[in-house]
Amino acid sequence: MTTSDIAAVRRATDRVRERALAEGLIDIGYATLDTPIGRLLVAATAEGLVRIGFEDEGDGPLIELSALVSPRIMETPGRVDEARRQLDSYFDRGLRQFNLPLDWRLVGSFGRRVLGRVARVPYGGVESYGDVAVEIGHPRAARAVGNAVGANPMPIVVPCHRVVRTGGALGGYGGGLPRKRFLLELEGALPTSRAAARSG
Amino acid sequence: MHTTRGPALPPFQWLLDEHAGTVLRFLTRHVGGTDAEDCFQETMLAALRAYPSLAHGTNLRGWLLTIARRKAVDSFRASGRRPLSLEDASGEIAAAESTAPDAELWDAVGRLPAKQRRSVGLRFAGDRPYDEIARTLSISEEAARRNVHEGIKKLRREMR
Repeated sequence: MTTSDIAAVRRATDRVRERALAEGLIDIGYATLDTPIGRLLVAATAEGLVRIGFEDEGDGPLIELSALVSPRIMETPGRVDEARRQLDSYFDRGLRQFNLPLDWRLVGSFGRRVLGRVARVPYGGVESYGDVAVEIGHPRAARAVGNAVGANPMPIVVPCHRVVRTGGALGGYGGGLPRKRFLLELEGALPTSRAAARSG
Repeated sequence: MHTTRGPALPPFQWLLDEHAGTVLRFLTRHVGGTDAEDCFQETMLAALRAYPSLAHGTNLRGWLLTIARRKAVDSFRASGRRPLSLEDASGEIAAAESTAPDAELWDAVGRLPAKQRRSVGLRFAGDRPYDEIARTLSISEEAARRNVHEGIKKLRREMR
């Protein structure tokens, strides 16, 4: 491998990417995005956003998508351009409501009901696991709701960070509590604590 | 799309990251620089089409080179030339691997974290399969794969 080889390889693989996209051969396209809470993996099928992964998950989300959906996975920034634009704007305190096609295939039917409800918790607000359980008609299923919220494959866009424990404790977060706190502070749902900000 | 699968195949992007150089060199050697890029695209697109139906992920490089060899033969047929050296591609496959890396790349490899450096070294300089790398480094095969993949990603960023 020489340096000029590497340039030739990049050119050739770029062409493969273009043609694969044009021929509909890429089942999942992804890109990474630098944000105030670390690097995010953003992956989408032809139907819509399917997965957002936090930096600490490493290659886990891609391996999972390969096993559960399809191994025809390629880095195709174009496929997730709109998601990237909206996420950038969200972190800049511009966008308050995501408007993206979502592909729910990684979520079961109960999870869809839970996360569908979670998606309606407004920017700047919070709701408890128990509230969500009541709203979806399973008042005694707060724990199952907690699990479904914790398994959210599209964090931030489906705002599971807005679900907290009754009484005000933050509860858990797949991306770790500092990230949850950061997002809630960004949205003004929590008073800013300088120590916690940016510690993602 | 395929919803139930056996043991996971690596994401196709990783095949590109790892083997695109080998395949392109192999094709350049056989069909020349002008046709190599077309053959490369035909190879990778054919691989991408067939990929989900592949039974297992062992020796993916060999699989890609087999497709590449077929595309090289097609290209010779199409141009009315006779394939000269394609009868025994296996020797060439080894030769395609043995191109000496340049000093800049080798320096970059030297700067990788230890596990990645050793994994990348075993994989490309030593041409070892993943299960053997895993045994040598006392890590899982998946970890070996990940080390190589992460190592290559870093190298790519550095060589940009």
